Amino acid sequence: MSKLSNILLACTALIAVAGCAKKRPAVLPPAPVDNNAPVDPNAGMNNGNVGGAIVPGSDADFQRSVSSNTVNFGLDMYDIDPTARAILDSQAQWLAKFPNQRITIEGHADERGTREYNLALGDRRANATKNYLAAKGVSSSRMTTISYGKERPVAMGSDDQSWAANRRAVTVVLN
Amino acid sequence: MTRSILGFFPSCPQHALVERLPLHGTHPGGGRGPVGKVDVTMRGPQSATSPNWAPAFAGVAHLVGGRKARSVLASVGLLAFVSGGVASAQDAPALAPAPQQAPQQAPADPAAPAAPAGDQSGGLVVDVTGGISAPMPIAIPVMPTAAVVSTPAGSTDVLGRQLADIVTNDLRNSGLFTPLSPGQLRPVSFPEVTAPGFEYWGSTGAQALVQGFIRANGDGNLTVGCYLYDVSSKAELTRTGFVVSPSDWRRAGHKCADMVYTRLTGEGAYFDSRVVYVSETGPKGRRIKRLAIMDQDGANHRFLTNGQSIVLTPRFAPNQQSIVYMSYLNNRPAIYVYDIGSGKQRLVVANANLTFAPRFSPDGRNILFSMAQGGNTDVYRVSSQGGTPQRLTNSPGIDTGGSYSPDGSKIVFESDRSGGQQIYVMNADGSNQQRISFGGGRYATPVWSPRGDLIAFTKLGGGFRIGIMSPSGGGEKLLTNDWQDEGPSWSPNGRVINFYRSGRGSGGKADLWSVDLTGVNERKIPTPLDGSDPAWGPLRP
Repeated sequence: MSKLSNILLACTALIAVAGCAKKRPAVLPPAPVDNNAPVDPNAGMNNGNVGGAIVPGSDADFQRSVSSNTVNFGLDMYDIDPTARAILDSQAQWLAKFPNQRITIEGHADERGTREYNLALGDRRANATKNYLAAKGVSSSRMTTISYGKERPVAMGSDDQSWAANRRAVTVVLN
Repeated sequence: MTRSILGFFPSCPQHALVERLPLHGTHPGGGRGPVGKVDVTMRGPQSATSPNWAPAFAGVAHLVGGRKARSVLASVGLLAFVSGGVASAQDAPALAPAPQQAPQQAPADPAAPAAPAGDQSGGLVVDVTGGISAPMPIAIPVMPTAAVVSTPAGSTDVLGRQLADIVTNDLRNSGLFTPLSPGQLRPVSFPEVTAPGFEYWGSTGAQALVQGFIRANGDGNLTVGCYLYDVSSKAELTRTGFVVSPSDWRRAGHKCADMVYTRLTGEGAYFDSRVVYVSETGPKGRRIKRLAIMDQDGANHRFLTNGQSIVLTPRFAPNQQSIVYMSYLNNRPAIYVYDIGSGKQRLVVANANLTFAPRFSPDGRNILFSMAQGGNTDVYRVSSQGGTPQRLTNSPGIDTGGSYSPDGSKIVFESDRSGGQQIYVMNADGSNQQRISFGGGRYATPVWSPRGDLIAFTKLGGGFRIGIMSPSGGGEKLLTNDWQDEGPSWSPNGRVINFYRSGRGSGGKADLWSVDLTGVNERKIPTPLDGSDPAWGPLRP
């Protein structure tokens, strides 16, 4: 009984009542051997590319308009350096133009930290980014953060260049 | 369901007093339905024909389910049942199919099993540290069956072969035993199980001999007997029998291996246990991660989630009926408890931005976890049923990775409050936080041994390595040396550690490995796909 209500709570909290029961069959089939993840949690790929035209206020519009949707960090660091500031300033300008658009900031780490620590580090980076944008006038209520730790690298190598690229915070416009 | 049966040793009564707990059924309604209601009593077919068997149960080999005994014993508890087994067995004549060849061919060589002879000088011992360099030669011949019967788990003669394989693999993987190669083994007849051909086994160089048998019972269950002999002193060291449902047949093999391991090493058992971990596949930047569960040796592998959400760091509840883990379900990274029986899961802490690094307390009542708020991560505790979390650490740094001491009084965790990740110990209420790691480099993912004597960790400095230290920080020892070994998890007896090893570069995948406390016996754990975040469960009940 209490288990049931817990499950219901969980579902409601996540606004996913329908998906909750559906997505977890008791016995699951073996993995599909394909390379396209069925669901990309990293996505936010609502690129707003409708019929070839980029919709103003969309994530595609954001990416086109700002100097970058991504800021990078030093090893085990989460401070916003001058390069990152310039990038985030351009993001703040765009966000000022579209005050109803909400964003999520994804924090990431390179593979040289342990899994759980990196989740915390990704959270630090996402929050440092969020705090900077808030200081530039973006309302906190428009911003959420999510940490992926080392789960979603963009550069696959195990070298300085790849690691530097993977230590990042990515701003994604939600629709 | 499985149930253990005691052997009776007139010569060494202490064995008869060894109590083994009843094995709880994983079968629904275990112990109550027709399947769970198996009662087994012991009977020695040889005693009638073989004069050198002492009265009653000296050297009894066969565990036979008798209908009469069942009705007599149905209402008694296991303990009473076991000790009462002597009397009722005597009363119960050969109701059940006696092994056909048994009576006739009963111990031909009276000298050999002159059974209790000289038992217990206790000479045969395996040293768990020194044993690695000189593993004990051990013979584990195919376990014969009383009669070839087809069962849902397969034919009993095939099962007898597979059971011997399970025991062989378990003991070999411990690094402490060198099982004879198949070519050195010879078939063992059913009656020979209790009257080993010591001369032959002595000639193979084996110091220890494991023999057993399997029999299909009339009620659909299987009985497996397991005997350990000292080859040079020609003495039986110990024996155990199990009644298992066909779906649990492998557990009888693991229990047999556990019996041998514990008797010869003096260490706790660990083979009859499971591992939950994260099965991985797909390209590095977009790994598909699914919760999976398997036996400690990789058998009975099963996926628990379908890979739509990233899942991380699963850990067993002490009662092994649920798993706490982290999932990105609906893009809200949070801790869930997954019920193995029902396949359902529930969120543990609602309305949090990021909760992770969960682990049950030893009594299962609480879950230790980390919560990030505004870029600051601390260790918290919450009731396993949910509710309001209690904050245990309060530093501005990252405090994470908590693990309870086995008595629940202390917690080991990692913190970067000093500037880099180091290991700290605190009381269970969060008081008295003391740093215990002081070597060069950083220390992460501390896990308290179930024996309480050690803490396993990941050491970062160049690569990642698995290491151990005492709870006060002394005696640091690194066990592995590869590019990236992370996430140690203890075997139930605190002698072996599972971890995962990642490879370099775009093709770099992760696999499950294990290493023992000597650091010598390192090996890969077979999984269908790649694997990470292993968590070794307790010994199964």
